[in-house]
Amino acid sequence: MFSGFMVNAWLIGSIVAVVAGIVGFFVVLRGAAFPAHAIPNGAFAGAAGANLIGLNPLFGLGVFSLGAALGIGRLARRGRADAVTALALVMMLALGAAFLSQSTEYEPEIFSLLFGEILGVSRGQLVPVAVLGLVCVVAIGALYRRLLLTSIAPEVAAAVGLNPARIETIFLVVIACATTMTVPVVGALLIFTLMIGPPAAARSFTDRTALALWSSVAIALVTVWAALACSYQTNWPVGFFVSVVSAAFYAVGRTYAWWRHSRATVEPRRPVPNLNS
Amino acid sequence: MPGFFSNGPVHVALIVGAVSAVVSAVVGVVVVVRGQAFAGHALTDVATTGGSASFYYGVAPVIGFLVAGALGAGAMDLIGVQRLRGRDLATGVVLSVATGLAALFLYLDATRSATTGATQQILFGSIFTLDSSTVPLVAVMSVATLAVIAVIYRPLLMSSLSAELAAARGIALRAVGLTFMLALAIAVGLSSIAIGSILSTALLIGPAATALRLTRRLRGAFVVAVALGVGATWLGVLLAYNSYYWFPSSQGLPVSFFIVALVFLAYLVSGAAPLRRLLRPRREVKR
Repeated sequence: MFSGFMVNAWLIGSIVAVVAGIVGFFVVLRGAAFPAHAIPNGAFAGAAGANLIGLNPLFGLGVFSLGAALGIGRLARRGRADAVTALALVMMLALGAAFLSQSTEYEPEIFSLLFGEILGVSRGQLVPVAVLGLVCVVAIGALYRRLLLTSIAPEVAAAVGLNPARIETIFLVVIACATTMTVPVVGALLIFTLMIGPPAAARSFTDRTALALWSSVAIALVTVWAALACSYQTNWPVGFFVSVVSAAFYAVGRTYAWWRHSRATVEPRRPVPNLNS
Repeated sequence: MPGFFSNGPVHVALIVGAVSAVVSAVVGVVVVVRGQAFAGHALTDVATTGGSASFYYGVAPVIGFLVAGALGAGAMDLIGVQRLRGRDLATGVVLSVATGLAALFLYLDATRSATTGATQQILFGSIFTLDSSTVPLVAVMSVATLAVIAVIYRPLLMSSLSAELAAARGIALRAVGLTFMLALAIAVGLSSIAIGSILSTALLIGPAATALRLTRRLRGAFVVAVALGVGATWLGVLLAYNSYYWFPSSQGLPVSFFIVALVFLAYLVSGAAPLRRLLRPRREVKR
């Protein structure tokens, strides 16, 4: 389980988990689950298109995910953000269907773009993933305060002169960067799940921001490791186990939050934890 | 376009496409007003999970689509789709579990039998390969969905536009919301089996969002959305049919591509500045 091709899978899985845990924390905080689903899913069309004209799929993924991030950011300024995101997603998917209809690509290739092929990762793929992952983490680090402020207290952010639309677009570009790095190795499904489940679970365990961020990374790591081990034992897809394990974490987190909340209401003398912060 | 109007599959595509477009447009206006586009899209993915499961268990795909959609809608409501803050997250969690299950079922389908094309068929669908025996079912369920919307129309709109006002007038917000989610799940499940999951979302959100930018009155928006949806569908089918003659390889482009492109184009055009000025010339005048 810890030799040969599995070593690469463990390494890549861990890198992806750390990046998804950090980026995903802000996805959940900002309520950006839909773009986080749309950008990786739609970007697969870019890979199909690049394949068709004989380019590196990574290039197509990059162009499409970046285009989606900028397009959603731009159109959402004058229109309903969720409707715009849905339209951008279906437009990319339709382009993907058109590319696939023109190519001789066979089914397993589509399957692997959507659901990933983490067990088939080569050592050479580690470097670009690690570099793009580092870029994402550094970008989040640089934007940390601004992201927090525009998500938690938009009025304060506006008062100190931050442009929320610009911050949103930059954040979407970070999601695009994370997408380009992860879709070829883990698939669109897995990266979305990792950006939603672990951070959502972490937020229900604690109200403190920094602690929630670190527990989000920790839960993401445990989720990926458990999924890889289960997948190795059963041969079932990794993505399935990732979604089941992260959903289980979320269920436990919500139960804990509910229990804590109900205890707080039964004993009114205890300070009621602020669940909204 | 030789033989366009005497072609059997084209007839079925035109009829089923129009029925799906009408239902999607009507439901879509409410979805866009309520800000539930993510849920509307996620339910197509949830429904396709049901489709891949039904391939594995050997039941009719329609049943898989509808059961999975209803379960997904119920789960979203349970986790907290009605609260604005938690809604996006609840949809995301349900969606990720559903796609995880889809990965499993597609893998099991692929390993158990060599039913080629299942993945592509489930994910993209095609109006042209539709089985004409599904037409009556799609029609009946569509009428039922529209009937449900008509029955809850007033409380639904009031709770969408102002939840506080609706609650003050004694409307059961939770019940109205859940009923609408179930109607949405059925509409979306039907349209994704009839026309594919991409088109399902496109026809749900696109015409409605465009119509709401073109007119301020809600009744007008319903009419405009239906017209746009049906128009885009029929034009798209026509273009796809003709596209078989465009390339020397006689490899046509998929119909979903054309319909989505038309819908997307309509949305972009509806936001263009000259058109906005034309439609709302006296913005400053008091109404």
